[in-house]
Amino acid sequence: MATRVGIEVSIAIADAVKLANPDVIAAYPITPQTHIVEHLAELVANGELDAEYVPVESEHSAMSACLGSAAAGARTFTATASQGLALMNEVVYVAAPMRLPIVMAIANRALSAPLSIWCDHSDMMSVRDTGWIQIIAENGQQCVDNIICAFRIGEDQRVLLPVMVHLDGFNLTHVIEPIEFPEQSEVDKFLPPCKFPLPLNPDNPVAMGDFAPPVIFTEAKWAQEMNIRASKKVVLEIWDKYNKAFGRQYYAVEKHHSDGAKVVLMTMGAVGETASVAIDELVAEGQDVGQIRLRLWRPFPLEELREAVKDAEVLIVLDRAISYGGPCGPVASEVKAAFYDQAKRPKVVSFVGGLGGRDITVAGFKDMVKKGTEIARTGSKNEYEIYGVRE
Amino acid sequence: MEKYAVYVPRLIKKRENFAPGHRACIGCGEALAVRMAFKALDNNVIVANATGCIEIVASQLPFTTWHLPWIHTLFENPAAVASGIEAGYKAMKRKGMAVPENTKVVAIGGDGATSDIGLQAISGALERGHDFTYICFDNEAYMNTGIQRSSATPFGAATTTSPAGKHSFGQFTWKKNMPEIAAAHNIPYVATATHGYPFDLMAKVRKAADTPGPAYVHILSVCPTGWRSATDTVNRQSRLAVQTGVFPLYEVENGVYKMSIDLPKLRPVKDYLKIQGRFRHLSDDLIQQIQDRVELEYQKILEKANNVTKRAKSKSKTGAAKASAR
Ligand SMILES: Cc1ncc(C[n+]2csc(CCOP(=O)(O)OP(=O)(O)O)c2C)c(N)n1
Repeated sequence: MATRVGIEVSIAIADAVKLANPDVIAAYPITPQTHIVEHLAELVANGELDAEYVPVESEHSAMSACLGSAAAGARTFTATASQGLALMNEVVYVAAPMRLPIVMAIANRALSAPLSIWCDHSDMMSVRDTGWIQIIAENGQQCVDNIICAFRIGEDQRVLLPVMVHLDGFNLTHVIEPIEFPEQSEVDKFLPPCKFPLPLNPDNPVAMGDFAPPVIFTEAKWAQEMNIRASKKVVLEIWDKYNKAFGRQYYAVEKHHSDGAKVVLMTMGAVGETASVAIDELVAEGQDVGQIRLRLWRPFPLEELREAVKDAEVLIVLDRAISYGGPCGPVASEVKAAFYDQAKRPKVVSFVGGLGGRDITVAGFKDMVKKGTEIARTGSKNEYEIYGVRE
Repeated sequence: MEKYAVYVPRLIKKRENFAPGHRACIGCGEALAVRMAFKALDNNVIVANATGCIEIVASQLPFTTWHLPWIHTLFENPAAVASGIEAGYKAMKRKGMAVPENTKVVAIGGDGATSDIGLQAISGALERGHDFTYICFDNEAYMNTGIQRSSATPFGAATTTSPAGKHSFGQFTWKKNMPEIAAAHNIPYVATATHGYPFDLMAKVRKAADTPGPAYVHILSVCPTGWRSATDTVNRQSRLAVQTGVFPLYEVENGVYKMSIDLPKLRPVKDYLKIQGRFRHLSDDLIQQIQDRVELEYQKILEKANNVTKRAKSKSKTGAAKASAR
């Protein structure tokens, strides 16, 4: 029987990593991710986790060491946030085309300047096109479940891609939640040992990371794109299997009162839970509203998104990052693109909010739904609105 | 001499870990040094390569020059990649997974990858004590991108970003002393080598790879393209670098310095400088400055080596005295 305990989410993530029995952890501290790697160091130091803990001198080296370790065939984990993710950006790009199934937790935090240790999704947006599979968790349980799933997804022979699990800094990393941990034996059954097909091995030498001249570069990139597109099926399949084993089901786009609703609010990350309370209250008041949450950010769940809001007239998208000088919020841009050539499509309204740890309350979400509906009906002079900004 | 030519190849393994067919320039000292370095080792080696000439000339999808498992990812990170490989092997072996025994990890990079952009990653990997060898193939500039200066470019050398001109005599800083920086990490083995002394080079690479813990080998690699020098004299240039004291050959084993060859008298640096176009513009005055600096630096290393010998002698004396007192 799985046990349910009250535990800080960062510690829970480290415990979930332990359940996955990684071989190498290479990481560097940064708020609000630090508790995850501190606890992993502690688990290794106490002999509770048999892994090499590489306390690197930077995030650039953290991800570089992860490349080496995964290429050697070892199960590999790291975690970072914000500036750390920005510093390792160059290396993050390398993992996917080299098909290295590294798992990385990102404790989402705003990017400088001004310096802010608090949550938004600017770091998440900065790695959008790195080719990683990206899952967005919304609460502690989802973090634990998806860390375990991430290893299985990334290491699936049909996938062989790195996987990021995003979770909101502080709002998730530093809160204590009731979390159910699967038993080690069940995880061992669910997650077979890592079998990287062509590891760096003197018995069978391979060259990894040759440069590509123009005659082959496009094909290499096409193969990478086909690969991540095809991975969606596997992600969904593994989520189904996880549900069968542990009784919790995940979807690429999760629905909350959204079927048939005329106005739908779309969120990413932990604010989704606050938004749900607002939506519940509005539904209780008799309003025709619903909510969807983006669980799978890459590969982008086009079909699932279209299906989820097929009856909606208004789709309000809340971004927690700015695409400076861009058309609207970065996720809203993609949502608009997803519907542009559809015969029937909702009017997409873009809000940006919750920047650098700014709270959006239940009342705020209710107001946002009201305002968004209004904008959809009457039009707005702005392409998007920064919610709650003092101009 | 004839007999020597017959005999010498027998001292070296036939196996090429870095095979012919790559696209290095004519007379490339770096390709020569890489070939020798990996000839010195068996095939139980994994190579992590920095971006740079060697990576480019030896790879191109879908081909490779390497007969060893080889990985290239980025310019500044092979030491960190090697850390990960070493950690992965260590963990997998401990956990009973099937990995080959006694696998050596060797990270390689040019002087730019080593003394500039990758210095932090190298320092981190040396400090953490990974069991690996880092080899810097130092051709004294960013050659892959077209002969730009690095911190390892010698004083007075003209490069495309330290050109000689009316207001410039070329590189105006003194070469960063990377082997000494490595030695300052108190790692078990540091050595300098160059392809003009092939057996010395191979012995040092072997020793480095056999040393448990981190080892660093700094190999001066003549680049006739970048040094504006003759392609048929690369080994002579390499030997002159040693014989003039410009590039002293030495080892630091567990902190103990040892000169690799005895040079009763250094040749004038001019002998080395005058056969390279990159120094063509230097005045006698600047050449004298270089001469003075070379002597000073050479003396520093020599003193470290001599001190060690002296200390070792006095230590064995006091040891003997103590023993007799007891
Ligand atoms: C982050 C980054 N900056 C710059 C470059 C461009 N670059 C590639 S190789 C190279 C120079 C390599 O010089 P060095 O390490 O001395 O090796 P060499 O080519 O001389 O053997 C440069 C600047 C790069 N690939 N990555």
